[in-house]
Amino acid sequence: MFRLGNASGFSGDRVDAPIPVMRDLVAGGTPAALFFETLGERTVALAQLERRRAPALGYEPMLERLIRPILRDAHDHAIPLLGNWGAANPPAGGLAVARVAMELGLPGLRIAVVEGDDVTGAVAGGQLPVHEADAGLDMGDWRLVAANAYIGAEAMVEALAQGAQVVVAGRTSDPALAIAPLMHHFGWRADDWAMLAVGAAAGHLLECGAQLTGGVFWDPGRKDVPDPANLGYPIAEVTADGGLVVTKPRGTGGLVDLRTVKEQLLYELHDPAAYVTPDVVLDITGCTLDQVGKDRVAVRGLRGHPRPESLKVTASFEGSWLGEGEVSVAGPNAAARARAMAEVLLERLRIRGLSITRARVDLIGVSSVHDADDGALWRSSAHEPPEVRVRLAVESASRDDADGAAREALAMLCCGPAGTGGARWRVTPRILTRSHLILRERVPTRVSIRTAKEMLA
Amino acid sequence: MKLYDLAHSRAGDKGNRLNLSLIPYDPAHYALLAAQVTAERVLALFAHRGATGCVRHDLPLLHAFNFVVEDALEGGVNGALNLDGHGKTMSFRLLSLEVDCP
Repeated sequence: MFRLGNASGFSGDRVDAPIPVMRDLVAGGTPAALFFETLGERTVALAQLERRRAPALGYEPMLERLIRPILRDAHDHAIPLLGNWGAANPPAGGLAVARVAMELGLPGLRIAVVEGDDVTGAVAGGQLPVHEADAGLDMGDWRLVAANAYIGAEAMVEALAQGAQVVVAGRTSDPALAIAPLMHHFGWRADDWAMLAVGAAAGHLLECGAQLTGGVFWDPGRKDVPDPANLGYPIAEVTADGGLVVTKPRGTGGLVDLRTVKEQLLYELHDPAAYVTPDVVLDITGCTLDQVGKDRVAVRGLRGHPRPESLKVTASFEGSWLGEGEVSVAGPNAAARARAMAEVLLERLRIRGLSITRARVDLIGVSSVHDADDGALWRSSAHEPPEVRVRLAVESASRDDADGAAREALAMLCCGPAGTGGARWRVTPRILTRSHLILRERVPTRVSIRTAKEMLA
Repeated sequence: MKLYDLAHSRAGDKGNRLNLSLIPYDPAHYALLAAQVTAERVLALFAHRGATGCVRHDLPLLHAFNFVVEDALEGGVNGALNLDGHGKTMSFRLLSLEVDCP
């Protein structure tokens, strides 16, 4: 049996999550690997902007903090760590791992850097077809920041075959981080669709970390979860014949049951018969689940179909700014004051003549996240909460105008309705993404392996 | 009663496309949900945001449904001005739907 753990579901996840998972993998005594998924659709673009500002950065900012407490165990117990934490700069991520290894007295740690996912040139040259889901997107004057192909497991399998103890990749598909150590351990062929489907399902279930074990699930009194402050991150137990059981470390909070597994199995899924990954197309229409023990669920009936000829590419563009400003009102007549303020804010945008392409007001407490830009829900709501936070959000091609609009919310501190307070405002660059397709042979990947000491020499 | 009393849900996104799982607590309620929680009703929940289509995938072996709603996220995590550009909170908009349970 091979045990595969996950210790990070996104950039921004709990940094102390890896410790109990590693402890459980070590205690289990079986061959194992631990993976980290830290790269969302837009994270790579933000990392690219960071790299442009500081060429030694552009990798996952929490990388060192995530691995420092567990790197010695990973080394001593031969439990490889894999992650797409290289983001926009895998070589710099590799150096970061090397520095931590030297601090811990592990100069011989073998670190693999996987490159080749950056296909910015091909997108810039207009050579790639746009994915059907984004056919209607016109990028106009937007400037290309980055374009990265979702690469599969192969390069990481090669890295593991060469003895890598830490693999630093960039834009891999999320399930590939799970498929790679399984292919390496069991010797699965790249066209063994039935086995790769098991790997893809394990990766899909684990890639969002605690979302399998009670995170984004707990609902007090309805779906109670033990100790949500200490959710255990997930572990998959895979056997050579494709058996798959998902569980979590002993002594942690959270739970694994049919409800949590169903929610995560369908998470970000579209057609259940065709979950497309670079390595295999996963079909869960025949899938069944069984609770086989406390916090243990067996996943059966998975099917795999041949992998696609093309890889998905996410291209990120910059070209506009988001301006946001917020203030609060509370107490008697708060909702009426908030509604009136919303109209005044929109009127101020007209009076100022700012170059705004889109604006929105939220009445947080009446209606916001479920609402539309035009406030259809709060405008038709009779709800009278004791407090309302009024939020103005605008898009502008001009940073100054986005800032000017956001400051209209700030100005409510002196010009607003009675009892207005708590202003916050900010301006941030907006990143838009568009998906393309690229033939896989146009994305050659490279693996380089060196020891920590060699990397820093 | 509200769907919330019979089922649970999780929302996911890819670009401007929203997906919502719907899972009855009791598998015996699967047929009731299949009859009442149609793709048309779910699409109507997102009409105010300009959603353009909804498909329901049925998973009878798992006793679950997967709804895929097109253009429900006002541009999605990168494009939307909404605080919740991912649409993560939308599972609870689905669960607010009224259903009849004899």
